[in-house]
Amino acid sequence: MRRPLLILSIAVFGSCVLFRQTLERDPVTHVLLLLPALAVAGWLMAVSLGRHRLRLREADANALTLLGVFAILFWMLPRYIDASLTNPLVEAAKFISVPLCIGAVLAVSWKATHPFLRGFLKANALSMLGVLAFLYIHAPVRICNSYLEVDQQRLGYGFLFVALALSLVWAVPLFFPADGGATPNKHLSGRATA
Amino acid sequence: MAKAKIRELFPVCAALALGIGVLWLATDGFRALTEEGARRLHAAKSKPKLPAFVLEDMNGDVLRLGPDSGKDGKTTLVTFIYTTCPTLCQAGGGDIAKLRDRLREMRLDGGVRLLSVSFDPVRDHPQQLRLYAEQHGADGAVWTIARPSAEALGSVIDGFGVRVIPDGWGGYQHNSALHVVDGEGRLTGIFDTDDIDGVLNAVRDGT
Repeated sequence: MRRPLLILSIAVFGSCVLFRQTLERDPVTHVLLLLPALAVAGWLMAVSLGRHRLRLREADANALTLLGVFAILFWMLPRYIDASLTNPLVEAAKFISVPLCIGAVLAVSWKATHPFLRGFLKANALSMLGVLAFLYIHAPVRICNSYLEVDQQRLGYGFLFVALALSLVWAVPLFFPADGGATPNKHLSGRATA
Repeated sequence: MAKAKIRELFPVCAALALGIGVLWLATDGFRALTEEGARRLHAAKSKPKLPAFVLEDMNGDVLRLGPDSGKDGKTTLVTFIYTTCPTLCQAGGGDIAKLRDRLREMRLDGGVRLLSVSFDPVRDHPQQLRLYAEQHGADGAVWTIARPSAEALGSVIDGFGVRVIPDGWGGYQHNSALHVVDGEGRLTGIFDTDDIDGVLNAVRDGT
């Protein structure tokens, strides 16, 4: 167990609970700060509790990663973002399921997931964020009943910014391979001989 | 070898089935991704009975809505407004006027009344409601403007499932929708204010 990480995880989760109402007042901080912070808390917890000791088969890792992605999709539904603001049960479900089903699950499964699936999901995440950005900026109706239209548009630009940031974070390392570009090939050749 | 490969696929298939199943249930079969969608689906499907509401109309008269209002068995089409609204309610008012004209054309106006309810009863006193009524041609024959008392406002808004939030400029943002209430005080459908054909179909089916 890595205690500093566990303490950090608890601190992040605690701050989320503490600043819940402030963060939820604005859809941008609700969706782009609170939800990711909860996922990070779960991720840190899984790392601190020794996720490396779990030796997942690739097939199981793929399945777990998909479950994590479905949990992300669920919490991208405007219906449940709205519901979490008015229904304490949904709010509690959010604070439990985002750290566990997204953060912890992906912490355990992501590295063992097949690189094709990882690439597929990354590409889809970028395109989906782009579509969401377009939708939230241009929708003629309110998508969340709890938030104003101007805030919805700000969230749209937020999605666009995140899409750009993620595409940089994911693409730039490809041009600076730390191990001479061996990683992807190693995996492929490993498969060929298996 | 092939069998082992197929077995490898099993966890992924299970995860896909579970994930899609949960999303399917959570969105009523991918039909309601938003709260507004869920609200409309719920009204159309389970036709919830509304509590009784007592309103005050633009002439200061008492107007009842809900189970004990159905003596005349009329269908009521309810929208929510605040008269100082610069945008949505004015456009919505135009939609309602159009709807009233269509109801008259189709001779449905005998069994249907239109009701615009203000959720800002403090500023929208009857005099103010009358002004809005005159601007939009709501003469009380088919189309009436009314307000709840300040104490009853919460129960009216919650009863219909409407969400009103301050826009930070002294106004509000709110659902711009038309609620169909049948003669027995049940909420049987929710439509966009400009979906006149949808509303007319619902009225014809209901009466």
